[in-house]
Amino acid sequence: MSETLNIPKGATGNSRKMLTAMVGIGLMCALLIVLTYEGTKPIIADNKAEALEQAIFKVLPGTATTAAYTWNGETFVPTEEQTDGGQRVYAGFSESGSLTGFALPAVGQGYAGNIRVLYGYDPEQEAVVGFYVLESKETPGLGDKIEKDPAFLANFEELSVPLNAAGDALKQEIRYVKSGEKQNPWEVDGITGATISSQAVSDALSESTAEWVPKLHQAKNQFQPQTQSDE
Amino acid sequence: MNKPSEKKGFFATLEENPSADTFLRGLWKDNPVFVQVLGMCPVLAVTNTAENALAMGLATAFVMLMSNVLVSSLRRFIPKQVRIASYILIIATFVTITDYAIMAISVELHKSLGAFISLIVVNCLILSRAEAFASKNTIGRSVLDALGMGVGFTFALLCLGVVREVLGNGSIFGLALFPDTFQEWIVMILPAGGFFTLAIWLLLFNIINQKRAAT
Repeated sequence: MSETLNIPKGATGNSRKMLTAMVGIGLMCALLIVLTYEGTKPIIADNKAEALEQAIFKVLPGTATTAAYTWNGETFVPTEEQTDGGQRVYAGFSESGSLTGFALPAVGQGYAGNIRVLYGYDPEQEAVVGFYVLESKETPGLGDKIEKDPAFLANFEELSVPLNAAGDALKQEIRYVKSGEKQNPWEVDGITGATISSQAVSDALSESTAEWVPKLHQAKNQFQPQTQSDE
Repeated sequence: MNKPSEKKGFFATLEENPSADTFLRGLWKDNPVFVQVLGMCPVLAVTNTAENALAMGLATAFVMLMSNVLVSSLRRFIPKQVRIASYILIIATFVTITDYAIMAISVELHKSLGAFISLIVVNCLILSRAEAFASKNTIGRSVLDALGMGVGFTFALLCLGVVREVLGNGSIFGLALFPDTFQEWIVMILPAGGFFTLAIWLLLFNIINQKRAAT
């Protein structure tokens, strides 16, 4: 590597050559990346859509069919296409057509970038009933315990998010506590050794539930399965 | 370094065949981890489970193979002054391609590798192979070199990953090995465990090499 400093005196004469080489390699690399990106884009989109579909079934027990909605500022409208704008909500229905709950994506700032999660909310139990990490870059072996630690995942089997009397806000927001200190049904028991990651998940859920649970609860009767059957 | 015929010692017989030597060099005598002690970031950081270690080793080997091929074929075209920048560009390109490819193969796999993949760009092992070997040798020899180094790197990562997962998690490739009464050595899957394990492997490797040199 010591040869790096061995630049000849008349280097200016080589600038054109250097420029050509760098631009040439840059163009070639750009072309390779674009080709790979374009080639894998539909496959990746399919994979992600499938992973999301699987995730909805995981966070909403007993779900047979799902329907996607977006919030347009006043109410939830059914959507089909993958649009970026607006919060998406996935309603799940059982085989008999009754509402099993809602799956909502949420984003938290973890130790290494955003953590995207999907959680299930059941308006009957007024609780978060399922949780799944869609995307995270947390440190393997430490932060990624948010996906694997059974004690941590048990938090989200029934995490209480009750509404207040007026029904326009949560009575008690989800709160993060240190590992082993959980006393109330709305508290999330953290992970020792993954404090930042587990707190990020808890905060993401807390923020998202505080905003969306009241809205979903008010509008829960307007969600119908796309087939007929009405209860 | 590229004149095996001048070397004398235990590997002399193998070195008579330049192709075999180029390949085997990376496996043992110039093992990237145990002898050159290169690319320590992934070695210490991602070997907490055998599965992560294997995936990281294979992804690195692929990037090294592709960048060696490209660097070797462009070696007369790249001016000396901008070669490092060119190599980095080429390596980064293949890391990005690997990233997309893994995402297309399986979202689950990409999820478990996530952060490791982009870190391959800064693995000094790949840059050192491009600089020290591929830029001075034919494509064929560069491929052999990359394969040898890649396999050697994967092997070394597995050595660490298996030990750390067995002791730190009581399992191997995710399968539990011990009854529930086994007390896991949490320190082994933490960064400190990486240093301990690496030190023990280096010690073993040096003892073996010294014994071989003595005979």
